[in-house]
Amino acid sequence: MASMQTGTHAGGRSSDALVRFTQVKKSYDGIHYVVKDLNLDVAKGEFLTMLGPSGSGKTTTLMMLGGFERPTLGQIMLDGKPVERLPPEKRNIGFVFQNYALFPHMTVAENVGFPLRYRGIKGEAAREKVARALGRVSLEAMGDRRPAQLSGGQQQRVALARALVFEPSLVLMDEPLGALDKQLRERMQIEIKHLQTSLGITMVYVTHDQSEALTMSDRIAVFHDGRIQQLADPKTLYNAPENRFVAGFIGENNTMPCTLVGHENGLAVVRMADGSILKSAGAAQASAGGDLSLSVRPENIAQADGQPAPGTNLFSGTVTEVFFLGDHLRLSVTAFAGQAVTARIPVSAARGFKPGETVHLSCNAADCRLLEG
Amino acid sequence: MQRTTQPVDIERIQTFMAVRRAARPARRAAFSLALPLVAFLLVAFVAPILYLLVTAVDNPETQSVLPRTLAALEGWDGTSTPDEPVFAALAADLKQAKEDSTAALVGKRLNYEIPGMRSKMLAASRMAAGLETGPYREKFLEQGGIWADPATWAVIQRNGAGLTPYYLMTAVDLKQAPTGGIERVAPDQAIFLPVLGRTLLVAGMVTALTLILGYPVAYVLTIAPKTIAAVMMLMVLLPLWTSLLVRTTAWVVLLQSDGVINSVLMALHLTTEKIQLIFTRVGTVTAMTHIQLPFTILPIYSVMRAIQPTQLRAARSLGAGPTSAFWRIYAPQTLPGVVAGCLMTFILSLGYYITPALVGGPQDQMVSNFIAVYINRDLNWGLAAALGVVLLLVTLAIYGLFLRLVGADKIKLG
Repeated sequence: MASMQTGTHAGGRSSDALVRFTQVKKSYDGIHYVVKDLNLDVAKGEFLTMLGPSGSGKTTTLMMLGGFERPTLGQIMLDGKPVERLPPEKRNIGFVFQNYALFPHMTVAENVGFPLRYRGIKGEAAREKVARALGRVSLEAMGDRRPAQLSGGQQQRVALARALVFEPSLVLMDEPLGALDKQLRERMQIEIKHLQTSLGITMVYVTHDQSEALTMSDRIAVFHDGRIQQLADPKTLYNAPENRFVAGFIGENNTMPCTLVGHENGLAVVRMADGSILKSAGAAQASAGGDLSLSVRPENIAQADGQPAPGTNLFSGTVTEVFFLGDHLRLSVTAFAGQAVTARIPVSAARGFKPGETVHLSCNAADCRLLEG
Repeated sequence: MQRTTQPVDIERIQTFMAVRRAARPARRAAFSLALPLVAFLLVAFVAPILYLLVTAVDNPETQSVLPRTLAALEGWDGTSTPDEPVFAALAADLKQAKEDSTAALVGKRLNYEIPGMRSKMLAASRMAAGLETGPYREKFLEQGGIWADPATWAVIQRNGAGLTPYYLMTAVDLKQAPTGGIERVAPDQAIFLPVLGRTLLVAGMVTALTLILGYPVAYVLTIAPKTIAAVMMLMVLLPLWTSLLVRTTAWVVLLQSDGVINSVLMALHLTTEKIQLIFTRVGTVTAMTHIQLPFTILPIYSVMRAIQPTQLRAARSLGAGPTSAFWRIYAPQTLPGVVAGCLMTFILSLGYYITPALVGGPQDQMVSNFIAVYINRDLNWGLAAALGVVLLLVTLAIYGLFLRLVGADKIKLG
């Protein structure tokens, strides 16, 4: 995949991969594959997020890595050794579960000390490690409490401390912030990211929340239908989605059917449904003849004014709805013979729009992507 | 003070009263919904238990049949045969008893403590009815040595009280010594403590067996696919939907010497001769275990279902092997269900009656069977009630012990 080389941690088949999935398939019933032909490397020290809607295969992949599911076919290497048949307790992987899975009949300190028991760490040494782990998540004073006496965010931190206390080289997280409210979630995202970088841990993180993925990850693997749709760093993923699914899943996108009519200065020239001609980047991926869509983000559409710069697409449409969202207006427009287009116009740049009136809009050809499907 | 000088806010009070008035029909309706059950419980549960408690200590016979005798005995020294006035009073009482046909009543009551007293009392009442004048003492003494024995008179005098500890003491194999103290009955006459011990033992065995058999079933119920779990749940519940008598009778059929179990064992050449199963402890415990299984399984299942499956996964990911994860993480969390299920089965098993009666041998009869015998055959309701009280107290004691051991919050019945 072209984008793999653009990641901050170059994946590929490099030798510093801590985790390597090779042609991994997983089926529960022998007919349907939940994971189809997965090839994925996770580099040491990397924060890799598996992002996708439910049922896309991301959690199954995580469970196979954790040792809770066995791949139907294929190989999983951990630190150079195949681990498909290794039970979870022998993998030395930290795992943070969606519902935290704290042990309710133990105190916080007992929870955090639990993994040490199996690693021969006892007495003073264990107490010291537990205290350090709790300190790392600012819960030093909570050691004697029961999990039920803690808030959701605190429970989350205990789960984190427990997964880190035995200093695993790899930590897996299954939607760990799903149960927290928005503000707390955002704070925890940053905290987890800090911990990961300061401890130099490799982290594989599963979420269906794209903003979470964009905030924390070095690389993001977008899962859909049992396959990785795109594997790239957040910026590439956002700016250069490779297909319609990724374009639609990460952020908001206008995708409009079009046909390829030619090339010009490295840009693709396309004809929209109403016959108007637009230009778009990303021509390399488009092959003439197949179904194509032009994709452009709402924030890349502006109100056309004065003389357009070269490489700017101009089009007009009829306003159907206008929403005020504080810092910007959200404009719903019908253009290109019935195509719904959404634009985000900064409030400072906006004049009063009224439903029914005609507006002239522009978008830079470089901000447009030509996608198959 | 400012508060006292403030004018009363009539409007607020009126609003408050209006709100209360508006809510009144709803409160009344809610209470009246519970009323039939409260009334039913009073009549069918509270009243019988109170009656049971009273019956266990009630002692009206001697007082009502021999009032003159008791009055005459007041000055008695308690060590010698009483004098003429006591016998004259007894003759008067018995004459009256003959007319009222109540001699048998007091005879039967005194017979519990003095063997043979019933027939002596009937004979004496017949004699007293034929006597016109005294002296009565010699006539009675001619009837037998029993009337000369101060012990007889001591028993009569003791039973002059309206309440008696006799039944309760008998129910725990104690008796009142002639000297007035309390002593154990002779070991060969001790019946009820061994029966109580046996009842506890059988209940304990049944509880342990239902736990050993039921715990894995409850676990499988929680992890099985929905359709399979539904079928399994049906099988667990099926015994509950069948009459206890039918199930017990079925076991009688199965456990026969020529029954299904013996036939199968012999056909498989596991045994060469028939095994005695019916009328044994093995048969009793087997049948009771079958009947009690749902009571143990259901509370455990409901607790297990609430344990997140990620608990075990988390334990495994942290380094615990399957066995260690089960014992350290899973089992402690199922404890509330285990305690509730075991408590339910143990307490229900203490009161078993039909199953031991039909499937068990003479050595498997439980406290309930003795209660039934005293109520139905011997018509000794006092002793039956006393045994009931003992069983009730033991049950409460065990319940209290469980509470103390594991804490009330650790018992989860649903």
